Amino acid sequence: MTDLLEVKRVSMLFGGLAAVNDVSFVVRKGEILGLIGPNGAGKTTVFNIVNGFYRPTKGEVFFRERKISGLKPHQVCRLGIARTFQVVKPLQRMSVFDNVMASAFLRVKGRAQAEDIAMEAMAFTGLTGDRDVISKGLPLGKRKKLEISRALATQPELLLLDESFAGLNPHELDESIDIIRKIKARGITVMIIEHHMRVIMSISDRIVVLNYGGKIAEGTPGEIAKDRLVVEAYLGEEKSA
Amino acid sequence: MKRYTPFIVLALLSALPLIGLSSYAMHLVILVVMWSVVGMAWNLLGGYCGQVSFGHAAYFGVGAYTAGILYAKLAISPWWGVPLSVIVVALFSFVLGYVVLRLRGPFFALATLAGGEVMRVTAENLVGFTGGDLGIMIQERTWVQKTWYYYIILLVAAATFVLVKRLAESKLGYYFVAIREDQDAAESLGINTTFYKTLALCVSGCLTGVAGAFYTNYMGYIDPNVVFALHDISIIAIMIVMVGGVATYWGPLVGSVIMVLLAEWIRSIPGLGTAHHTFFGILLIIIIIFLPNGIVGDFPNLKRLLRLRRA
Repeated sequence: MTDLLEVKRVSMLFGGLAAVNDVSFVVRKGEILGLIGPNGAGKTTVFNIVNGFYRPTKGEVFFRERKISGLKPHQVCRLGIARTFQVVKPLQRMSVFDNVMASAFLRVKGRAQAEDIAMEAMAFTGLTGDRDVISKGLPLGKRKKLEISRALATQPELLLLDESFAGLNPHELDESIDIIRKIKARGITVMIIEHHMRVIMSISDRIVVLNYGGKIAEGTPGEIAKDRLVVEAYLGEEKSA
Repeated sequence: MKRYTPFIVLALLSALPLIGLSSYAMHLVILVVMWSVVGMAWNLLGGYCGQVSFGHAAYFGVGAYTAGILYAKLAISPWWGVPLSVIVVALFSFVLGYVVLRLRGPFFALATLAGGEVMRVTAENLVGFTGGDLGIMIQERTWVQKTWYYYIILLVAAATFVLVKRLAESKLGYYFVAIREDQDAAESLGINTTFYKTLALCVSGCLTGVAGAFYTNYMGYIDPNVVFALHDISIIAIMIVMVGGVATYWGPLVGSVIMVLLAEWIRSIPGLGTAHHTFFGILLIIIIIFLPNGIVGDFPNLKRLLRLRRA
């Protein structure tokens, strides 16, 4: 598999604090890469760097071998990287349909084409029945789906999902796992931040683990589960050997 | 029915001079239509794109002075100021926007407020260019009767209505509202927020400037304290949209009818008239509490409220 995204020795300093410290990894075309780590490990910061909200203090990010660190978020999105937010950010006073429409215009000029894309993106996550609901009133599960629909409507090659499962009930969780698998089946590469271990272990092809801003492990879910450093990061060091 | 509403309203408004209104009544109608242009312009930037400007007097004034200076310095008919103000104000709002659009929310609002005041003080002090506090007087009036002034501003208003409606229903409309609702989300969905905010500001500024240039021609006199006024231009522009209905097509027209008539009525009350801004303040508080989406935006609620009262 070829590398779609390469994060190369990236550091992000906020004042004296290194939120991300010398992190490198690649996302291969077609895979689902899980990004995990305890709270404050720097996962969302990595997303913000890839997405263009932050310009990394050191290091570079390449997408399809083109340097994207330093570009603005809307330029990164146009190149084919879409994201969702940990704190869902629907356009509150717009209907579900209008929300998706706003991003569907990215690659087409005409309204009719944009409508087709929007309808398709809503059908994909099962929101067709809620198309006229004002998004302020949507329950959390549907708002998370709306986030994914909006991101898909920009027709990305790489999708960054930031905690798309947090706060969902078991039924919604299963639905979302299905949606992510369907996204992968469409040939869209996915990088996902998730705290839900059952989910991340079952859907990820590979996992990158961050702790205190540094990468401590990388590998298949099986390898990660057995990694000593990862177990320590999550469960603490064993006191007696 | 709904599709024909704009045509019906336009037809009714066009027929208005035929019923033989007094010169004073015509004056009020002209002001209403002119203010609806400013309201629609403000609504594009503040209502749809969510960038609340407290400084629309800057664009109004620059438009007004474009016409005034053409006349005073170059002895050209101030009517040329109406088309020319589009170009002048576009450049002006691009420069101002480059500075103020880096700021968000309340910081943007304060920067625009300062921008309007800076323009007023500048116009007051560039005596050689603007005539300073003496203002500019247009010596010869184009028409004595008000009818043609009315049709000109009505044409401008109709064009503004069509432009705003078409923008709001196009891709740009979606982008403006997306920026209003969440700028970060809009940016990461591929919307060049800086570009579209600047565009909204320039279009809004130009339309306001055209109204300003018309004002010079119609009133025949401008000075910095009138056309760059914070309380009489910038704040009224906001009031019109807040009262009428934010991000609605008809809100600015409804708002300007109410505001112009209300201002005239309060001013005519002996002893209280000078305090008309106090009344506007109270009205704004009431509107924000009871009709946060304005009269047009909250019309269904308003109807229900009135029906309850009767029952």
